Amino acid sequence: MDHEPWDSGRARDLIEAHAHREGAALPILHALTDAFGCVPAEAIPMVASALNWSRAEVHGVATFYPDFRREQPGRHVVRLCRSEACQAVGAVALADHARRRLGIGWHETTSDGEVTLEPVFCLGLCARGPSAMIDGEPACDLTPDTLDARLAELRA
Amino acid sequence: MALADRDRIFTNVYGLHSPGLEAARKRGAWDGTKFLLDQGIDWIINEMKASGLRGRGGAGFPTGLKWSFMPKEVKDRPHYLVVNGDESEPGTCKDREIMRHDPHLFIEGCMIASFAMRAHACYVYLRGEYIAERIALQKAVDEAYEAKLVGKDNVHGYPFDIYVHHGAGAYICGEETALLESLEGKKGMPRLKPPFPANMGLYGCPTTVNNVESIAVSGTILRRGAGWFAGLGTKNNAGTKLFCVSGHVNKPCNVEEEMGITFRELIDRHCGGMRGGWDNLLCSIPGGSSVPLVPAEQIIDAQMDFDTLRGLQSGLGTAAVIVLDKSTDIVRAIARISYFYKHESCGQCTPCREGTGWMWRVLSRMAEGRAQKREIGMLLEVTKQVEGHTICALGDAAAWPIQGLIRHFRGEIEKRIDQYAGNPHSEPVLMAAE
Repeated sequence: MDHEPWDSGRARDLIEAHAHREGAALPILHALTDAFGCVPAEAIPMVASALNWSRAEVHGVATFYPDFRREQPGRHVVRLCRSEACQAVGAVALADHARRRLGIGWHETTSDGEVTLEPVFCLGLCARGPSAMIDGEPACDLTPDTLDARLAELRA
Repeated sequence: MALADRDRIFTNVYGLHSPGLEAARKRGAWDGTKFLLDQGIDWIINEMKASGLRGRGGAGFPTGLKWSFMPKEVKDRPHYLVVNGDESEPGTCKDREIMRHDPHLFIEGCMIASFAMRAHACYVYLRGEYIAERIALQKAVDEAYEAKLVGKDNVHGYPFDIYVHHGAGAYICGEETALLESLEGKKGMPRLKPPFPANMGLYGCPTTVNNVESIAVSGTILRRGAGWFAGLGTKNNAGTKLFCVSGHVNKPCNVEEEMGITFRELIDRHCGGMRGGWDNLLCSIPGGSSVPLVPAEQIIDAQMDFDTLRGLQSGLGTAAVIVLDKSTDIVRAIARISYFYKHESCGQCTPCREGTGWMWRVLSRMAEGRAQKREIGMLLEVTKQVEGHTICALGDAAAWPIQGLIRHFRGEIEKRIDQYAGNPHSEPVLMAAE
């Protein structure tokens, strides 16, 4: 899942593609996130002028929603469920294991730029926890071993 | 009194069959929709009222009544139906199954509900984390457009458009007015009510916000008749409901059951029983993380419906039954829930913004025993100060689990404080095995 490097022309195209819609802010920010993996600081004034909003308003929306990052993530994003039902079946131990194994904390990326670890509150896979979302794909019934196997696959 | 297969509304919850249009039609979706619409708005609303369907989003407000609040004629502002698919309550996983495996039942419900409230456009707000669901639902919407079941010029003769909108990972957007704000592209901060959405909703136009499950069951209710639905379940708690059972049971699952099934039967029949037997049950959080817990001896033979659980000072909520056994560190579990609410508070109202953090800090100390006993009373006081003093119900949702903990497990907190006071330099009290 490689993200594009920042390109203001590309960003302008993405913004224009959605700017005519009603309630365009979220679709624009989603499009930017899909392309660049984040909403770069450079994009904020561009979105603001496209929507005729102040930069502060765009900044407010972009920082309100957890799905919009400010910095590019690693090539793979692992989002571990931190919610109650998963916790009851071992999510905390799994998260500790993942952080130890990757050597990073929440919202951090491994030094080789491969994996970013993020917490997520409930993926709705409560019946098959602990669960995670790995590059947009749900993963269930995780144990430290199966998570390690998935991480090894990602890096292969 | 288990629900018979012929009375199930969601016949593809487990995805054993195709979610596609053809297969959905064989299962009964889109059957005679035109006939239902031809009966007229008043008939539809009266049937929905008579069915006794209570909203499935958590509050249990009667759906037919909600629909009837929309203005009787369309004036200068269009009407909208907004469907709340921002299913973020920890423990809840029912709407995802509908959107993934039975999307046509849901789209048909959107059409009928929009007709009943004179809306020609419906927005479905899906939560940011639901990626597979968005793809599945969008595919079904495209199929419905292609088959001319929906669209400007469709076979039902009622122009109707449906849009799938994707959120971005904020729990608070599941609150109806925050959801409207978010749909408009703003920060998801709840609005003050009144004006209620039925008068001033999306873009200032009359809007009704319904849960995915409430909408998805409406087609089947109208087809089979209000009497059939009202005949299931218990008094004032009619019909069937998707239960999401998670936690310390042998086989956690989603299952459609009659309202009013007892907790014991639900677990024994569908979930393979308690892990370690019934003696091992500590408590249950019967309606998603925001409702107070109910200890074992009260929940075990309780009927799972809105009124019975309210009588136990809890609630059915979204029917996300979280089962906790005796290996649970209950204080730490509730502390963790209160961290969730601290994290998700939008920051608009002071009691919630400050209170959620305060409650979490106190509780996480209590989980180790590093607290004074008088702080228990103070914590309870803080929860009462937050509850009911905020714009939306997130403040209440943050306060209730803690009130439940103090109500039923005060002794456990005191025990820890004593243990810590007796030996303050030891390791913190044992963290429970997970």
